[in-house]
Amino acid sequence: MTRSKQVLILVVLAGTMAAGAAAADSKTIKMEGSTTVGPIADAYVEAFKKMHPDVTITVNKSGSGNGAAALVDNRCDIANLSRFMKDQEFKDAVAKGVMPVAHAIAMDGVCVVVHPSNPVGALTAAQVRDIYTGKVTNWKDLGGADMKIVVVSRDTSSGTYETFEQLVMAKQKMAAGVQYVASNPEAHAMVKSTAGAVAYVGLGFVDKDVKALKIDGVMPSRKTIAKGEYPVSRPLFMFTNGYPKLGSIIHALATFHLTPKGQDIIDAKGFVPVTEY
Amino acid sequence: MRIADCGLSESQSGAQLLGAAGASILTWSAAAAEFDRPLLLTPRQDLLGWIGRRVGLALLQLVALTCVLSVLFIFIFIIKEALPFFTSGHVGEMFTSAKWYPTDPSRPVFGILAMVMGSVDVTVGALVIAVPVGLLAAVFLSDIVPFGMRQVVKPVIELLAAIPSVAYGFFAALVFAPWMQDNLGVDSGKNALNCSIILAIMAIPTIVSISEDALSAVGRDLREGAFALGATRAEALCTVIIPAAGRGIIAGVILGMMRAIGETMLVWMASGNANQVIHPWYDFTQSVRTMTATIAGEMGETAKNTTHYHALFAVGLVLLAITFGLNLVSEALMARGRRPAAAGRRKA
Repeated sequence: MTRSKQVLILVVLAGTMAAGAAAADSKTIKMEGSTTVGPIADAYVEAFKKMHPDVTITVNKSGSGNGAAALVDNRCDIANLSRFMKDQEFKDAVAKGVMPVAHAIAMDGVCVVVHPSNPVGALTAAQVRDIYTGKVTNWKDLGGADMKIVVVSRDTSSGTYETFEQLVMAKQKMAAGVQYVASNPEAHAMVKSTAGAVAYVGLGFVDKDVKALKIDGVMPSRKTIAKGEYPVSRPLFMFTNGYPKLGSIIHALATFHLTPKGQDIIDAKGFVPVTEY
Repeated sequence: MRIADCGLSESQSGAQLLGAAGASILTWSAAAAEFDRPLLLTPRQDLLGWIGRRVGLALLQLVALTCVLSVLFIFIFIIKEALPFFTSGHVGEMFTSAKWYPTDPSRPVFGILAMVMGSVDVTVGALVIAVPVGLLAAVFLSDIVPFGMRQVVKPVIELLAAIPSVAYGFFAALVFAPWMQDNLGVDSGKNALNCSIILAIMAIPTIVSISEDALSAVGRDLREGAFALGATRAEALCTVIIPAAGRGIIAGVILGMMRAIGETMLVWMASGNANQVIHPWYDFTQSVRTMTATIAGEMGETAKNTTHYHALFAVGLVLLAITFGLNLVSEALMARGRRPAAAGRRKA
């Protein structure tokens, strides 16, 4: 019997990566607020990365209320809000020496869509609310065929849900039978493939496969949404402390929606630009 | 401990490990080694060997301990994150309400009854389909099909388990759901029935594989005894072989059940996620929502440290308690099922 010693096991331990050091504070711009405006801000950051590689921009999607509170406390440079600032927030801000300035960057219009074969072409906001609260469950009550309504909503954490909830639901709760999908494309796919379905999506997701309904007699379009005629629409804001210094990065961010590139981004995210080039 | 023992008598245990075929080669190489290795180790070699053995042992223990600890830490973490919910005053409605309005600005409601029922519905629905099919397939593979064909069919069935659940989800949501709408006349193809059928397909490989192992482990003596008493193959299967493998089969069913109840991606994509208790209870063409889908769908967008955030952890805790209980039952059954089989083999 040999008594030579052998290596029996080889254990490879994975080393942990040291976290990279954060960039210098003076070059960090913080954006905080709405989950609706968040995707636009994210896309802005992507575009700015190429133009200003030395600047770090962070986007926090914690809700409009948190965004406003962060601006008041000077914890962020730009507050993304899907609504205008509330009285109390304005008063708190002024009391702390912060002067909120609103930049309306885009319009958010939520279109109610149905299957193209559905004869129903127009509803009132109250009728849409009745569908989502479960008061109306059959298309025949709305002038359509005798067909059960398959009600589709976005998940409760999404910005589109927030918009729809505020502008249509009027503090009423959605019925238990409402189905939930996680994204605009999913809602679109669901309506495209289901004859009795109704859902709501951003204007960018309306195409020939789904039919957008007139709400209170107004057809959703870039024009009616930008003008504020279409009822299920609202402006989206970026708030800064005072008007940003001209030529600064914050100024460029807050006015990026006026550039062709900024409009492309807003379009691509399913929102409506406030200006047209 | 076994590895450490190898260090003491490596050629012996090495030969045992390699089996009879490898033994002659090992003896030859050991004989060759006699020429250039001294019979006695120097104190330094002795010490190095001792240290090597200790370090190896410690590393192995560390790895084993890490696995145990990570399970423990997951438990602690989920309980810790769920605790604020239990002190938030919403815990009363948790098991008594079917209403789930976590983001309501004025008065949020956190009732999980509907989603617990949703999880139970799709799981029971899946089992109703998967158990008969899986059991029949297992019996077919263990007792009826020729051995050569079994060697092909079983791996193919087990391959079903290798398909990612998101791929099943795509199929369920984009192919199966529209098909159901067009051919079965349901209002929405994203419903409990769709989920149950696809979950059954996902659970079948587990049930077949473990049941087949249990059936194959039933001794030849039992089979031949049954045939000797004049039983037909069907009689032998139904009265002797399947009862003898009963515990293993039940363990397989429970594991399949855990696969179904813990599945997330598929149910999120194909169940419709309507937070309702289906009524009447057998109407599976209605859309349901499960606990897993709720957590997956809402966790990403929820603001941290809100009641909603902690409520999702509480849902996770309920889910964990259910799967943990099922796992314990299956472990107990498997352990009890193993003993008689091992004893029988020793006798033979």
